[in-house]
Parts: sequence; structure tokens; C-alpha cells
Amino acid sequence: MRIVVQATPFDLGAEAAGFAGGKPGMGAIVTFTGVVRDNANGTLERMGIEHYPGMTEKAITQIAEQAKARWSLGDVLVIHRHGELRPGEMIMMVATASRHRKDAFEAAEFLMDYLKSRAPFWKQEITRHGAEWVAAREEDEDALGRWTPNQG
Amino acid sequence: MEVLYFAWVRERIGLPKERVETTAETVAELVEELRAREERYALAFSDLSALRVAVDQELTDFDAPLSGVREVAFFPPMTGG
Repeated sequence: MRIVVQATPFDLGAEAAGFAGGKPGMGAIVTFTGVVRDNANGTLERMGIEHYPGMTEKAITQIAEQAKARWSLGDVLVIHRHGELRPGEMIMMVATASRHRKDAFEAAEFLMDYLKSRAPFWKQEITRHGAEWVAAREEDEDALGRWTPNQG
Repeated sequence: MEVLYFAWVRERIGLPKERVETTAETVAELVEELRAREERYALAFSDLSALRVAVDQELTDFDAPLSGVREVAFFPPMTGG
């Protein structure tokens, strides 16, 4: 398992290849990549991402441990950037490895749902009119409901 | 203890962190003390439903006890991913 929180860009190809290599027991590798999306008006200049150094790494590790307890996973990788990014830049990636694809797909979705609302990151949209904090969406909180035993 | 603020909570209070001497037994009591300090704190803590809290870097609730705690952080709901 590898958890990385960094300001600098990451090389998606090298990370995915490095993660997928040398795991002969793992028949399935799933990767997800999050990209800074321009706003509806096409006026986003930068996306600022603040985080809580120390807690961020711990919170992501806990989320990854939960995924490993729940699905049969050979390995997990999470890379999440902070600082200021431009539209089109990659913010984060998740990779999961399992013997069969169902575990890898589901665990990747679980990781994404929890990273969105349980890892201490805050996004701010910066346009020429100023900077505005991105509000958390109710759908993102609701998305966690499907992973709790008494729902979904 | 160290009290940390992130995102718009940090902006409203005007500080990323500060050392607070307190006898508050819970997070909620600490919030009451901070609110009573100055208008900027009252404004930042005006709606607790818009805030989240972490105690020693673990997400928790406003009724969490503060005994032996080194670090409390206040911030809006997280928007990672």
C-alpha cells in the first residue's frame, strides 16, 4: 500500500505501470484519475487545494485499510495533490489490484467516495473575479450511504 | 492545546493556528469560549452544521471530550477527490 500527498505533478503512466507490474497473482488492476475540470463558463484559472498535513495521510491510510478489510485486495495506491492546479491537470489517482476485477472496481469506487468527503482537502476555484471555496455536495455525502451495512 | 483552522474558517478567523489555554471539557465548550472572544470567531462559528471538527487528527463530533488532547481543528465539509 502506498499513500502519497504531494504538490508536484505525478506521471500517470509510470505510476500505473509500476503499480501493475510484478503482481502475478493479481488478475485485475483498476486505476481512476481525477482531473481539474473547468467551470461551466470556461473561466477557471486555477484550482487551489488546501489540506491538513499530518491528518491527510492518516485519513487516507485509514480509508485504504477499510477497503483492504472489505475487499480482497493485493495492493492499493493513492496519490493526491495539493497546491494550485490548472484546468486539465491531474489532481489525484487511485489504483487497486485484486485477483478478480469485481474487488478492484468496487474498492476503487469506495476509495473515491470516501476520499471526496472524509479526507481533509478543501478546493477553491480561482477565476479573475476572485477565489471561491467549493461547497461540499449532498450527493457526495449520500454516496457514502451505499457502503454502510444498513443501507443499499 | 493547538487550535487549527482550514479553508474559509481560517479566512474568517484570520489565522491558520493558535495556542489556546482552556478549561473546556468538550469541543462544544471550546467553541463557546472562542465565540465569546471576538466577532470574527462568532462569525466563523455561527453555524456548527456547516463545520466539521477533528481532535488529534481524527474526525469527531462537537461533544467529543478534550481531556489530554493536543490538537483541535475546525474546517468546512471536505471536498477532496
